[in-house]
Amino acid sequence: MLPVALENASKMLKYLTLSTKAYITVMQLHKKVDKGRLMEVIKEFTGRIYQKPPVRSSVKRALRTKTIYELEVLEINYPCVLLKITCEHGTYVRKLIHDIGEVLGVGAHMRELRRVRTGPFKEDKSLVTMHQLSEAVYIYKELNDESTLKKYIMPGEYMVSHLPKIVATDSAVASITYGADLAIPGVVALHEKIRKGDDVAIFTLKGEIVATGIAQKHTEEVLESKKGIAVKTKRVIMERKIYPRKTRI
Amino acid sequence: MSEGLNFLEKLDGFAGIDRRWIQIKEAETSPNYGKHPEERTINELMKLGVINLDKPPGPTSHEVTSWIKKMLGVGKAGHAGTLEPA
Repeated sequence: MLPVALENASKMLKYLTLSTKAYITVMQLHKKVDKGRLMEVIKEFTGRIYQKPPVRSSVKRALRTKTIYELEVLEINYPCVLLKITCEHGTYVRKLIHDIGEVLGVGAHMRELRRVRTGPFKEDKSLVTMHQLSEAVYIYKELNDESTLKKYIMPGEYMVSHLPKIVATDSAVASITYGADLAIPGVVALHEKIRKGDDVAIFTLKGEIVATGIAQKHTEEVLESKKGIAVKTKRVIMERKIYPRKTRI
Repeated sequence: MSEGLNFLEKLDGFAGIDRRWIQIKEAETSPNYGKHPEERTINELMKLGVINLDKPPGPTSHEVTSWIKKMLGVGKAGHAGTLEPA
């Protein structure tokens, strides 16, 4: 699966790139190993692991740590092992499998790989095939019926659905689109458990994405304070001039 | 407030987020500007939308994204594998 962002929604891609990924993969073992030993090694590769990026990669080849949230054996059919991996962004699955093979002492390589999750996007009923999409485009362009295509294009807001959220007053929206930070008097509602330094998403009362930013206060501090900056604006998503600027006093 | 918040709760549900909402004050939104995301027209969606694509295994993410861009006639499209240049 691959979330594809259109126009302005591309500005939120970073939050998907940096999000949790899950893959289904086929690992081929180069020699048979005992099942108990395999499960033991798989378990060792859960949690924090060290990984050196492969030779052909786009990042510096320094040893780095990545977190493997889940490593599940779905099926064993020697020499192949079907795995589901849920991991931190930037984990090289091919390398992970190679390393598992090294620790097992028999060697292993990745035969197939399919991404099944990118942050909030999973393989569920929101998935659209290229075929479905091209058919919907045809129905829209040739038959003037936009209903199918509308079902396939989700509001861009879903791309930051995994972030903690804050709702701003109408009067705060315009200045944020010009790059201003969100001050506490402009906050209507927010998620619990926001921590200072968290990436957060700012929405209008109608549910439209305005911008992303960095929380400057914990949720409790926002509730207790009358003034000060709640969110430092980082990336403005909403176009300017949709909401009116405050009237000058 | 409620309609917008309903949509935000829908986003939470989609992402599997289980955080409580805390409302600080009463506020209303003017119907004269802005629009509920689920009421966007197709042209508006093409300016601020996302497709959860069931990517075919052969072509690269880049190729598939460029086909979609052409198919929909949008100026810009990107996929989650790319980091934008800072």
